[in-house]
Amino acid sequence: MKKYYLGIDLGSTTSKAVIIDENDEILGRGITNTRANYKVAADIAKEEAIYDARFTLLSNAIRKDMDQKPEFKKYMEDIRSVFQYRQFKRRMDSLEQLLKQTVSEFEYENKDAIASELNKIIETIRPQIRKEFLIENLGSKNQFFRDIVSERYNEEVEKLDKEFYEPLLLAFDKSITPVENEMVKYNFKELVNESMAELEEKYEGLADQQEDGSKEDWYWAELNAVKNNYKNVEYTIREHIEDIANEDIYIAKMVGTGYGRALLPFPEDCIKSEILCHAFGAHAVFPDTRTVLDIGGQDTKAIQVDKNGLVTSFHMNDRCAAGCGRYLGYIADEFGISLNELGPEAMKADKETTICSTCTVFAGAEVKELLHNGEKRPNILAGLHKAIVQRAMSLIARSGGVRNEFTFTGGVARNQAVLKYVKQMVTDAYGEVTMNIHTDSIFMGALGGAMFARRNISVDLPVNEKKTV
Amino acid sequence: MAKEAQKEKSMILQKEMVEGLFNQLATAKEDGKKVCYTFIPGNLSELIRTFDMLPVYPEINALQSAMRKKSGGYIKEAEKNAHSEDVCTYVKCDVGMMMKGNIGPTGQKIPEPDVLLLSYTGCFTFLKWFETLKREYPNAKVIMVHTPYQENAEITPEMTQYMVKQLKEEVIPQMEEVSGIKFDEEKLKAHLRLSKEAEDWITKIFDTTKHKPSPIDAYFAGVYYIGPINIGFRGTEQAVEYYKELYSEIQDRIKNGLGPITPEGEMKEEKYRLVVEGPPNWTSFREFWKIFYDMGAVIVASSYTKVGGVYDMGWRHDANRPLESLAEYCMNCYTNMNIPQRIDLLSKCIEDYDADGYVTNSIKSCNSFSAGQLGMMREIEDRLEVPVGFIESDLVDPRYFSYSNIKNRLESYFQMLAQRKSMEKETV
Repeated sequence: MKKYYLGIDLGSTTSKAVIIDENDEILGRGITNTRANYKVAADIAKEEAIYDARFTLLSNAIRKDMDQKPEFKKYMEDIRSVFQYRQFKRRMDSLEQLLKQTVSEFEYENKDAIASELNKIIETIRPQIRKEFLIENLGSKNQFFRDIVSERYNEEVEKLDKEFYEPLLLAFDKSITPVENEMVKYNFKELVNESMAELEEKYEGLADQQEDGSKEDWYWAELNAVKNNYKNVEYTIREHIEDIANEDIYIAKMVGTGYGRALLPFPEDCIKSEILCHAFGAHAVFPDTRTVLDIGGQDTKAIQVDKNGLVTSFHMNDRCAAGCGRYLGYIADEFGISLNELGPEAMKADKETTICSTCTVFAGAEVKELLHNGEKRPNILAGLHKAIVQRAMSLIARSGGVRNEFTFTGGVARNQAVLKYVKQMVTDAYGEVTMNIHTDSIFMGALGGAMFARRNISVDLPVNEKKTV
Repeated sequence: MAKEAQKEKSMILQKEMVEGLFNQLATAKEDGKKVCYTFIPGNLSELIRTFDMLPVYPEINALQSAMRKKSGGYIKEAEKNAHSEDVCTYVKCDVGMMMKGNIGPTGQKIPEPDVLLLSYTGCFTFLKWFETLKREYPNAKVIMVHTPYQENAEITPEMTQYMVKQLKEEVIPQMEEVSGIKFDEEKLKAHLRLSKEAEDWITKIFDTTKHKPSPIDAYFAGVYYIGPINIGFRGTEQAVEYYKELYSEIQDRIKNGLGPITPEGEMKEEKYRLVVEGPPNWTSFREFWKIFYDMGAVIVASSYTKVGGVYDMGWRHDANRPLESLAEYCMNCYTNMNIPQRIDLLSKCIEDYDADGYVTNSIKSCNSFSAGQLGMMREIEDRLEVPVGFIESDLVDPRYFSYSNIKNRLESYFQMLAQRKSMEKETV
């Protein structure tokens, strides 16, 4: 039986899971922002990683075709997004049910009118989200269930009469958390079949579409290929799906890391510091890394590693949260926008407004003052992003500076504006150095954990590996 | 549940000494004894004894108050009286204690000072501290000695002469005036001889960490060991007795292959040997220590046990050069050494005691210690390639001890050491 290894990183904001095989190849990733207890968070992330792993196994099974035939490549990309949509849909069904129930238990006089508005909202956003997943590849944007739904739900609520605001927002607040914390189990095969059916519908509808010059030629080439040949792909997938759905993804070992690690129901020796895990993960992906900056939800870490990925020293923010992800969360709340919109909005700035407050909470007050004085929102946001990175730069300096190749990890590495300032300030302070940012940045801790798990915990290093091989 | 702490004979001796001192202080006024407030670094213990005065160490009272969970209240009291949040918490704790009636750690009242003797000026806060006390005790005589910093990593004859002059012209005449006792050089010499003896013993004691396992913890237990030599017993028979006893107990531990005593009994397995820079946190001293001994970490040397005198490099009080050696003593305390000297000293400790790592506990409200700490850490890391760790807390302000943050950092640090060790084993 094949062996797989699991790393779970229980952060303060999100929980991540990564499954690797015996060659340290990432097979599956799972992430959740549930604020339920860590056990539930770990389970949800792990389940998600297992579905993702099956998907990878499926892709691997038809790898040859994918490499050679554009329709296979395109189909697999599309189906992953649809698959994510089907998963989303299960949770959305739960949410719909709970929203309706919550409203039915309200004691407002216009309860019936509220229920009717709620139905209208759901009817509007459901097809909208479906379309975004199927056509616009929403699944690739790394958004959480809560973010996807709340953005569209709030938009619709705002269009309504003021009398509906409070009850509808209240209903959402009451319903979203239990749904997020729900452990939704799927049948992999069933979900793939559903996804294939959705895709059939999509490709059939494509016949009427015209090339309009808005996309590159290869886009149309792939699309036409898949439009004409998707039945072949379906046939090949059906050949493998049974085996893959039934394959036992045997987790031989696992390692937990992150803030919640002590609360995991793991044996003590299966729990590792997130500092070591982040460093090990980052080093595995970029072996020449010597300095790792990780900006997570509640802490920022500057880590120095040696050529084996071993931590030689690290520095963390201790007495202040200004400079971590939560600062951004707080700022997003202040502006009434979602976390995902922060970076793009800040990128529109024509200058950075100077933010004087070194404290997260005071910065909120300062932002209000600046807006009142007519400062532009993107400029203020740019200033706030810059402020965070300045904090991180101070930690890097305290940990010994950037010595060689530099890798940026953690959830905040997904924010384009943060990236921009990190690149700018690291270059200003340390000259031209290789800077690595990976799409999997947020998973580095979990990846490091999984890699420790594969090395049988006891710490073990590339050096030891060579000797035993 | 923490077990009842093990009591060795030396511990009992120390307890008796401290209780005796506070008893004497409690009745000092009735007994006609003069009281001298002074600080640990550069303390002129032998001179104070020569004039039959009783010493009071405000920073010791502060740390004792912290260990008895009283410092938080005292600090609030001082802050109510306009002492800023950023002021040294030893000062605020002391000022708060004074405002609440000056009841000392043993529950007895601490008498007002007749003399405020400042013999170490490397910590600027000390000056301000005594200025504050002077306002509260207008009848106390303030004697200040300027202690030159070892800027060029040396004590020159001129520096010593400069200090001796102050001792002769400022300190001694004023001490005579307050005490009504004529300066007796022979008496001072007798104390100095005993000081040297105690210093020899304590050096041998801290050198026992060369053994594996180390029989003592040179930081968490070390701060108790330096008690007698620092709080006014240097220069007495009692101190010599105490250190002889302690040394013989440690010898027994070595013979039996035992590790250090912790509040929960013997430390079972020595996994990591560390050198620590910076004072400990006093408000959560037990929890702080526990993080270390639970992980099998023993501290084989620390800078904090050298604040009252650096004896490792061979320096001793010398009865043949009484005033000169007092002057040198003041200039030779740890925080009066320049940063490269401190790096050399700590590097020597790491090498001599075969330490696996170096940890800095950075204290929010202590400038004397914090200045240069990061640079020292980087230099030591580069020079010796030892894994370094950095944590932050405070002396006696309970608001600045974040257990989970410190534990998180230390856990990561210990795992880092484990990784390093397993790799060394592989490559050997």
